[in-house]
Amino acid sequence: MSQPFRVAGTGRVDRDRPLRFRFDGVQYTGLQGDTLASALLANGVRVTGRSFKYHRARGLFGAGCEEPNTLVQLESGDRTEPNLKATQVALYDGLVARSVNTWPSARFDLLSVLRHFKALMPSGFYYKTFIAPNWHWYEWLIRASAGLGKSPREADPDRYDKRFEAVDVLVVGAGPAGIRAALAHAGSGREVLIVDDQPAAGGSLLYDDTLIDGATPERWLAAQLARLATMDNVRLLLRCTAFGYYDHNEIQAVQFEPGVVRQRLLHIRAHEVILATGALERPLVFPNNDRPGILLAHAALKYLRQYGVSPGRRVVLATNNDSAYRVARALRAAGIDVVAILDLRNTSAAQDAAARDGFTVHAGAAPTDTRGAPALSRVRWHRVNAAGQAQVGQDGDITCDALLVSGGWNPTAHLMSQSGGSLRFDDALQAFVPHRAVQQQRSVGAANGEFEGSLDVARLQAVDVSPLGQTAAYSWVDLASDVTEGDLRLAVQENFSAVEHLKRYTTTGMMTDQGKTSNVNAIGVLGSLAGKAPGDVGTTKFRPPFNPVTFGAVAGRHVGPFYHPLRQLPTDHLQHLADAVMEDYGGWSRAAYFRRPGESEAESVAREVNAVRHGVGMLDYSPLGKIMVHGPDAGEFLNRIYVNNLKTLKTGKCRYGLMLNEHGIVIDDGIVTRWDDSTYQVGTTSGQAQPVVDMLEEWLQCEWVDLDVVVEPVGTQWSTLMVAGPKSRQVMARLGLDIDLSAEAFAHMDARQGWLGDVPVRLARVSFTGELGFEISVPWSFAASLWQRLIELGEPDGLVPFGIESLMVMRIEKGFLHVGSDTDGTTMPQDVGFGGVIANKRADFVGRRSTMTPEGLRGDRKHLVGLQAVDPRSRIAVGAHVIDASTKAAARSQGWVTSAATSPTLGRSVALALIENGAERIGEIIQLFDDGRRMPARICNPSQFDPAGDRFHVH
Amino acid sequence: MMSIDCPFCGPRDEHEFKCGMQSHIQRPALSATDEAWATYLHMRDNPKGWHFERWVHAGGCRQWFNLARHTVSHDIATVYAMTDPRPELEGGMA
Repeated sequence: MSQPFRVAGTGRVDRDRPLRFRFDGVQYTGLQGDTLASALLANGVRVTGRSFKYHRARGLFGAGCEEPNTLVQLESGDRTEPNLKATQVALYDGLVARSVNTWPSARFDLLSVLRHFKALMPSGFYYKTFIAPNWHWYEWLIRASAGLGKSPREADPDRYDKRFEAVDVLVVGAGPAGIRAALAHAGSGREVLIVDDQPAAGGSLLYDDTLIDGATPERWLAAQLARLATMDNVRLLLRCTAFGYYDHNEIQAVQFEPGVVRQRLLHIRAHEVILATGALERPLVFPNNDRPGILLAHAALKYLRQYGVSPGRRVVLATNNDSAYRVARALRAAGIDVVAILDLRNTSAAQDAAARDGFTVHAGAAPTDTRGAPALSRVRWHRVNAAGQAQVGQDGDITCDALLVSGGWNPTAHLMSQSGGSLRFDDALQAFVPHRAVQQQRSVGAANGEFEGSLDVARLQAVDVSPLGQTAAYSWVDLASDVTEGDLRLAVQENFSAVEHLKRYTTTGMMTDQGKTSNVNAIGVLGSLAGKAPGDVGTTKFRPPFNPVTFGAVAGRHVGPFYHPLRQLPTDHLQHLADAVMEDYGGWSRAAYFRRPGESEAESVAREVNAVRHGVGMLDYSPLGKIMVHGPDAGEFLNRIYVNNLKTLKTGKCRYGLMLNEHGIVIDDGIVTRWDDSTYQVGTTSGQAQPVVDMLEEWLQCEWVDLDVVVEPVGTQWSTLMVAGPKSRQVMARLGLDIDLSAEAFAHMDARQGWLGDVPVRLARVSFTGELGFEISVPWSFAASLWQRLIELGEPDGLVPFGIESLMVMRIEKGFLHVGSDTDGTTMPQDVGFGGVIANKRADFVGRRSTMTPEGLRGDRKHLVGLQAVDPRSRIAVGAHVIDASTKAAARSQGWVTSAATSPTLGRSVALALIENGAERIGEIIQLFDDGRRMPARICNPSQFDPAGDRFHVH
Repeated sequence: MMSIDCPFCGPRDEHEFKCGMQSHIQRPALSATDEAWATYLHMRDNPKGWHFERWVHAGGCRQWFNLARHTVSHDIATVYAMTDPRPELEGGMA
């Protein structure tokens, strides 16, 4: 038989649907409905992993999210996923998985040699050992041997998504307590969402056969689910794990939807949250309690009832509470030999009943050692006293192949604790239970410490084998991160007595299971050593996620081109047709330059600059921010915003202005246009289009609430094309606008509204190139046809499209400021030539007071100036520092180059720089220091080409 | 993530909003002393308790409003208009 541990007559698996899978290179067969874990157990695979630090052989221990041992790397290539718990992987045909942290396989792991060095690797081993010369000398070796799975190297081909939900009641967990709570709330008509991490609803009803409301679990579950299904206000999401509880009752969950999207991240906002998350069984702490074949008792029950798999053929149970007895009865009913039950308690009702029914029960007894390689073959036990101490001479040996342990139950209070709620230690349950909630939330059922009947749990403590002369060095507390009771003892000896310190020093509870089986036992051990009650030791903080979440789910759709989506020009397709080299400029995809065959970038830029300087060029300038400011107080408002005096701006005129923040720092510049008495248009740089809107609205709504002004961003309603060059007017004239373009009727810095046929047009005569120039704006959807028309009309004059790089060369030649390049977070308007403008304005404006502080009045402020290399063949580099001309040694920086370009117009390098007191130093020779090289340069006026601006005024 | 009850749109997730930090700060006149201006620019309350701050529904109606948020629990006690005075709340300002 291919699945020797499959049991007949029990389980929810489909025996007619075998599934083939591979684990560590070996082919196996499982059944539809199996998890990878249950299929491995059915095939008798005992060793399923190696421990984190010492590479000890480990087998399946749990059956759900608590599994500490069996982490697998699922599949390979672009769909591989590391560190999945085999207990949470639903089996499918063709599945391929490998154990992590093993080589070449879990069964034959060459690194298992490390287990012989355990005594040499105590708590804090890494901190204590790898100090000199440096931890990084050793890190690679340690990371290679103590590790988890491998991250995928290729892009994930699957889709992930997010969804936001708002509901009246969220129920986490579809076990009996959750179903009852959902029915109670649904009856009042409220919208109820139930989430459960399993593929089927029912929770413990799927494996526990205890009668509920007098019915069998199957009948009860079927009846309640049928009732819920008739209710329109109830939804049930399966395979959906709630993993985090955040502010204001927000729960995040990840939903698995194979075939649609791989995983969906849910943000659920609920008026009320019902936590019906059940409880997790605790292991017992005794020597060699980590051998393959040792499982949690109820994990074994789940394997038997849900998957029809037996954990072994000769089974021993070890318990400190009554719940394990139902596991013993279930195993016997399935025909499995229950050899003995070791019960740490001297008496209990369940013990007596089991003894009457013919079970061999050793009362007041505990396992004290195990044998078997690689998997369990023998359990040694001793009688223990009430303090948990093993008694010499009162012992036995049992041959078996499975040992099922139950050390009590911990309510799954992770989400409750994450919500800010507090826990208290319950003496009867010997566990932490929900205490005070701080959000609209309630725990019910086992999650609240409510169990059917009494568990009659013995005191939380490790089995003390010191009377036998044994140590605690192999009594594992945390299987996942390889921490023993001995490690905890050493840490306490070294004075790590606070639970948060103990956790970090020993790494208890810090693996991917977040200590689901280990944390409370560690607290028990710490309490015993420190002579404190567990409640006084307290718990460490529970943090999200409850179960690991993939990066894919967190990223959702924000991957690939949607990670940083670029905005497109209205003429995007035409830019490409014209062989534009497109680049990301502040989130916009714009042409850097247009490449002609055989041209280098520098040659393309030089050709475009020459075309504009001597003929005519065109650029899509649409990303420019455009903000309409309406209202009777619009002028007053903008006068408070701009450094410039806008009171004197006349209708139909443009003005170049600067904006500051309240700290007096230059944040944007642009052209303001006045269209009529109460309508202005604010032009911003493309990068600041949105921040300036935000700033204007904040001042209006928060400070100057009395002003009657409306701000309306129209940046992407109006598209703007820049047509520049001495021949630009004759090209524009051919368009047939109803606007007189003559120099007399339409002067530099004039603006007009008009029509191009039946298309509205806004036209401004402004220039960022230094040449005669027009900026023509039309509704966004007309921009592409306008572009094509201007290309045709401009052909007789040699019109070329030009890109941002060419525009930048021209503005550097002209010394035009580029905020963010030529300014930084300390630049004030007086530093960039606006001192006179401020002096001529009487009214306050945003940031003005800050320009008058001692900082603003310092005599050595850095001013924006021009630079030219003394040797015209030299190239000035952006970022080069300005130092004293005479010094040969290292010298203090007096400033730096902010912009530089090779000017095709002047045939040499041109640059702008921020230099201490630079405006007073025009003509001075300084040295530029760049990456070890020195170069003499002369400080000059920022405008190195046509400083008088004659070229604006071509007739 | 908090849920903020926008006075114009109703409760929405925090990610639709932007925080404008402490509210009820008076902007001094141009004639203010350097010290008064520096206090206006830089000095802010940092209470363990109720904090009065302004938020804008940037991804919604784009309206600014005030709210009182508890810096420990993130509870929001009240949402009120930009022009309303600071409300009196129990539970400590210090």
